Amino acid sequence: MRNAGTSLAETGRYLTRSLAQSLRLMVGLPDYDTYLSHMARTHPEQEAMSYEAFFRERLEARYGGGKGRCC
Amino acid sequence: MHSIRRHLVWLVVAVVGAFALGTVALARGEAINALWIVVAAICTYLIAYRYYSLFIADTVLRLDGSRMTPAHRHNDGLDYVPTDKNVLFGHHFAAIAGAGPLVGPVLAAQMGYLPGLLWILAGVVFAGAVQDFIILFISTRRDGRSLGDLIKQEMGTVPGMIALFGTFMIMIIILAVLALIVVKALAESPWGTFTVAATIPVALFMGVYLRYIRPGRIGEISVIGFVLLMAAIFGGQAVSQSPVWGPMFTFDGKALTWMLVGYGFIAASLPVWLLLAPRDYLSTFLKIGTIIALAIGIVFVAPTLQMPAVTQFAQGNGPVWSGNLFPFLFITIACGAVSGFHALISSGTTPKMLDNETHARYIGYGGMLAESFVAVMALVAAACIDPGVYFAMNSPAALVGSTPEAVAATISGWGFAVTPDMLLQTAKDVGETTILGRAGGAPTLAVGMAHILHQVIGGQAMMAFWYHFAILFEALFILTAVDAGTRAGRFMLQDLMGSFVPALKRTDSLPANLIATFLCVAAWGYFLYQGVVDPLGGINTLWPLFGISNQMLAAVALMLGVVVLFRMKRERYAWVAAAPAAWLLICTLTAGWLKIFSPDPKVGFLAHAAKYADGLAQGVLIAPAKTPEAMSRIVFNDRLDAGLCALFIFVVLSVLFYSVRSCLAARRANHPTARETPFEPMAAA
Repeated sequence: MRNAGTSLAETGRYLTRSLAQSLRLMVGLPDYDTYLSHMARTHPEQEAMSYEAFFRERLEARYGGGKGRCC
Repeated sequence: MHSIRRHLVWLVVAVVGAFALGTVALARGEAINALWIVVAAICTYLIAYRYYSLFIADTVLRLDGSRMTPAHRHNDGLDYVPTDKNVLFGHHFAAIAGAGPLVGPVLAAQMGYLPGLLWILAGVVFAGAVQDFIILFISTRRDGRSLGDLIKQEMGTVPGMIALFGTFMIMIIILAVLALIVVKALAESPWGTFTVAATIPVALFMGVYLRYIRPGRIGEISVIGFVLLMAAIFGGQAVSQSPVWGPMFTFDGKALTWMLVGYGFIAASLPVWLLLAPRDYLSTFLKIGTIIALAIGIVFVAPTLQMPAVTQFAQGNGPVWSGNLFPFLFITIACGAVSGFHALISSGTTPKMLDNETHARYIGYGGMLAESFVAVMALVAAACIDPGVYFAMNSPAALVGSTPEAVAATISGWGFAVTPDMLLQTAKDVGETTILGRAGGAPTLAVGMAHILHQVIGGQAMMAFWYHFAILFEALFILTAVDAGTRAGRFMLQDLMGSFVPALKRTDSLPANLIATFLCVAAWGYFLYQGVVDPLGGINTLWPLFGISNQMLAAVALMLGVVVLFRMKRERYAWVAAAPAAWLLICTLTAGWLKIFSPDPKVGFLAHAAKYADGLAQGVLIAPAKTPEAMSRIVFNDRLDAGLCALFIFVVLSVLFYSVRSCLAARRANHPTARETPFEPMAAA
């Protein structure tokens, strides 16, 4: 019973997190935590961007290059 | 035994779907509930996904789960990020869903709901979803390259350049037709105009907030923006009823055209964080929310379809757009069945985030099925309003008259009984002074959505609110597309012109940027203006041009698929892409030919031009032109449109030529010649 409860809560957490990630990615913002862990894992010598810098960098990347959108 | 049982449940789905489709298709006379259409569509999607997409994944493309994807190879946490497949599905769907699937089916409803429905379902299963899936696969195996690069790589530089140039022209036509939809929806509508205009200060405020007040907090500012938007809808109501403010926000089509052109120029010159990005957040979230709301609304209300399954206009001669069912239905419904623009998305950001190659089936094929369902819902919304009202909204004044009495008399004469009172009452219900001559799809869809959603929330009193909510939602993402598209066009143009004048290529130079932006805005502004003053409503001219070019781009993408299958030495399965490519070539080339050379002036540009040129030569005025200058402008525009059509035909035929050549070369080679990024195994998790 307790197991079922935990897994239900876990599923709920997964769904909420996926939804939030998906909504952000829809407007071109990938997951910041994923970026941080990527930087820590592969480029520990470099300083990772702050969330604000990350946000700006992604904004420029999405709209600055003049990418087309669908009809 | 086990394997039979595995298919049993799918057999049930197939039987239910066939029964629903049969009910929809064979009903004559009795009222059909929209839920039959929904059930038929969903069952078709399930079967197609379970069997056909699996066949493509396993047998045709042989997706390889052990092959490293670009997201892993180039992982940088920014552009290339291995992403959960459900999260990526949302991203991909939001990128492909736009105004197209909402407008095309509404325009096609003049032939009845059945022809459109059948094409949407057959088109998505065998063409649209296949295209999105194959292009996503091809791009994923080539480091997430873009469509233009892929064509260059697999077919050669010349076809690559031709395809890029074609894409630029398509972009111009799309921008013009999208802007035309907004103009048609906002003309003489102070409520709509105020609400849409109010989105500009709202977006500016959001932009400043995200930049300086609380950087990067998208969630909270989107909620604030949403609340402000809803306030703008109520504000629009107050404005439309005010004797002082009402007239200040009442504009005709021409005035709105100039404002949109000016807006396009300024918006595309501002920094992206100020207007474009925040508006994009609003329009994306509103789009997703509205699509979900509409789905819930249709299931909850289960509206009855008022439009006949097939009308007499399936024979051609329809008032909304001219031409016969073949080929014109197949270019009128583009997105929702098959859309070339998706090839740009499937070779854009999505392949860079694919965690595993096998996910391409779910995201490419499945994403397009979801988009197709949006088109089905738009068709339902258009078919559940009264046919008389539908035709009154979508027929040009030159054909049916401009007073409610005249319009009602003409349309009742066609066999769709409608009274002037009904037209006035509908306009009053949605808070407008008139609903006549609002071709373009958005207002019709808005009436249909208001018809469905007011039964869920708000009742009769909220109908006007829902109507303007729907208009706002469409105008919002169309304006985003106009802004983003102008920027994209500017970059393409700078790239193109840079070959001749290197100084223009510099995207950091303000004069170069302004010149390119101006040229881009002038190009789509010209077609927009032409559409607004067009006596037959503009949509009749511009939508086929858009449909032809968009479907041709799809044919180009599918031909690339054929070439790649040949180069992979899988030519025995090349029909998966070749069959839909052939069908699209037949439809678009026939349609393009007819648009140029048809002797019927309602269909053929040259015949239409000749009619007016003859009038000029004989010194007679042909209505609705009021001056000889207007007539010569019509002649010029007709010839320009014919030239554009010829250009599109040239582009697609030359890509066809190069594809055949590449396929023959690939057959002669005795080993696979596809230029994939070499195989690397996926690192152990």
